[in-house]
Amino acid sequence: MKFYRSHILISVDDVSLQAGVKEIIAVLKQELAKNALDDEINVLETGTLGHFGTGISMVVYPEQVTYINLNKDDIPEIIREHFLKGRPVRRLMMDPSFIRRYDFNYKNRVVLKNSGIINPEDIEEYIGTGGYESWEKALLEMKPEQIVEEVKKSGLQGRGGAGFPTGLKWSFTAPLEADQKFVVINADEGEPGTFKDRLIMEGDPHLLLEGLMIACYAVGATKAYIYIRGEYKLCIQRLQKAIDQAHEYGLLGKNIFESGFDLDIRLMIGAGAYICGEETALIESMEGNRGNPRYKPPFPGVEGAWKKPTVVNNVETVSNVPAIIKNGAKWYRKLGTANCPGTKVFTILGDVTQPGLCEVDMGTSLRTIIEQYGGGMKEGKRFKAALVGGAAGVLLPDSMLDVNMDFANLKEYAAVLGSGAILVMNEDADMVDMLYSILRFFQHESCGKCTPCSKGTQQLLTLINKVRAGEGSKEDLDTMILLANAMFQTSFCALGQSPIMPVKSAIEHFRSDFEKRIN
Amino acid sequence: MYDEILKKYEPKKENLIYILHEIQDNHPEQYIPEDAVMEVSRYLSIPSNHIYGVMTFYTMFSTKPRGKYIIRLCESPPCFLRGSENLLRKLRELLNIKLGETTPDKKFTLELCACLGVCGNAPVMMINEDVYGDLNEEKVEAIIEKLGGQQ
Repeated sequence: MKFYRSHILISVDDVSLQAGVKEIIAVLKQELAKNALDDEINVLETGTLGHFGTGISMVVYPEQVTYINLNKDDIPEIIREHFLKGRPVRRLMMDPSFIRRYDFNYKNRVVLKNSGIINPEDIEEYIGTGGYESWEKALLEMKPEQIVEEVKKSGLQGRGGAGFPTGLKWSFTAPLEADQKFVVINADEGEPGTFKDRLIMEGDPHLLLEGLMIACYAVGATKAYIYIRGEYKLCIQRLQKAIDQAHEYGLLGKNIFESGFDLDIRLMIGAGAYICGEETALIESMEGNRGNPRYKPPFPGVEGAWKKPTVVNNVETVSNVPAIIKNGAKWYRKLGTANCPGTKVFTILGDVTQPGLCEVDMGTSLRTIIEQYGGGMKEGKRFKAALVGGAAGVLLPDSMLDVNMDFANLKEYAAVLGSGAILVMNEDADMVDMLYSILRFFQHESCGKCTPCSKGTQQLLTLINKVRAGEGSKEDLDTMILLANAMFQTSFCALGQSPIMPVKSAIEHFRSDFEKRIN
Repeated sequence: MYDEILKKYEPKKENLIYILHEIQDNHPEQYIPEDAVMEVSRYLSIPSNHIYGVMTFYTMFSTKPRGKYIIRLCESPPCFLRGSENLLRKLRELLNIKLGETTPDKKFTLELCACLGVCGNAPVMMINEDVYGDLNEEKVEAIIEKLGGQQ
């Protein structure tokens, strides 16, 4: 292995690709060669570095200097000043106080521990960080029942939104006798404001694969699918590459590690439907149908894809599994809270100084996440609301800033953690407009299978449009809550059961915004 | 005429969405024409109405011819908060078409889409396979101009 004096990690994702990151990398390599530095300094393309809205960015290790908003004319200056003279270029650097907070954050990461540090397209780098050791351990040293038991003990909960205990889910499928079982990864990330799964798949695709492999062995599935949304082109590309590499290294395929266990993983590409995030709709879509949800029971764990027992897990959920197998359930339980162990990836968006992501212990307060990881409110404006959990989430007012972010605690406040999206809004935001945007989303994404949802979402949109146009009345607001509540009670799946959360929280917590429009 | 694509896949219903993706991606007008539906129907031995149902269910598929550049502007809450409504107005002005329409020179089609998962750079739009982030009206104008849009 070759040693370098410095590593430059450059963030390559959908947005930076569009902004011309490939050209910058080319210039960077060219300039390094020109100055005879290409033997000493390594350029690595990695996943996201965790901050957004900062154009093309890169980090230089070991000194950990982050450069942001780069364009190609800046490169010669960086080479000359930083790499030849050892003087980082201040005008291009990110605020160091912000970086310090990120360092602190990195230490607590489980699922994003490699993201932004390794080259996601190189299996060797993943193996170099201890990757695939858990897969080997699981397959050669553990029985499937032991794995299920360990995951159960760890208290890991589904990170897709509902928070169902993962070990319990596996334990329904594991003992079943069937000629074929499946594990399906739900990577159809569509909850507005959520892109945590994209970051995992782009930044560390092998971690997802390793978790998936262990899940398959635990429940006895020899075929696995990753159902990924069609818009995530870079993820699809990197995951396919990762699967091919895993085959080459004998981590997938027939008789893995001579254990007698066979496993194949296939990608399935979605075609744009929010409802396919619902597990039975996802299975319908996999089979080549419209993504209409199925009646439960039977649950997919018993009768899923092609009527075979099928475990459906979220990307972030399974990405926790390798660490649990490696370090044990006891270690995992030290993270997070007693009721909700582990970490959670949050995406912080909207009117904050530095939109980005963080992976923190479950139960961290909303205030800490906004102030510490989002850099606080942008331009010193006052906090007004946070939409937590995406469209199927709730609008929290400032009185709830100190709420602890975990599944159990939020439930007590009639709120949900959902997918971990936090959309922060300042005093200028109008909750009527926000609710309109949310309801338009539901109206568009309702699959049309059941009447309460297909008609209800339309009617809610009509009512909010009326209020928005200044033609609404107080009765309309009551009707909206009544209707959303009826939808909650009678809709076929979670989609129609969700609008009550934003509707009720918006109207109750921000009534003055609505009243302004209805006099 | 779709043999090349069809023979790559086993004739199983589970391959339907892949096949539709590939037919659409390879069609110069980025849609799935009726004759393709009939061929797929014969190949997979499934009724054409099932295929039509699937095509119209997923937003990425189109039953109508589209332009060279398909603009998909995100309208979900994070982009909405950052002014996607103004961008929609701007795009309609620039292209002089309504939502869902294609310009007469067949260059641009304007569509809305749900969250693209690049909310850190809101507001965003996707043009064909490329994601454009941190948009404002000036940037949108520059992008359209670069792609040869009318003034």
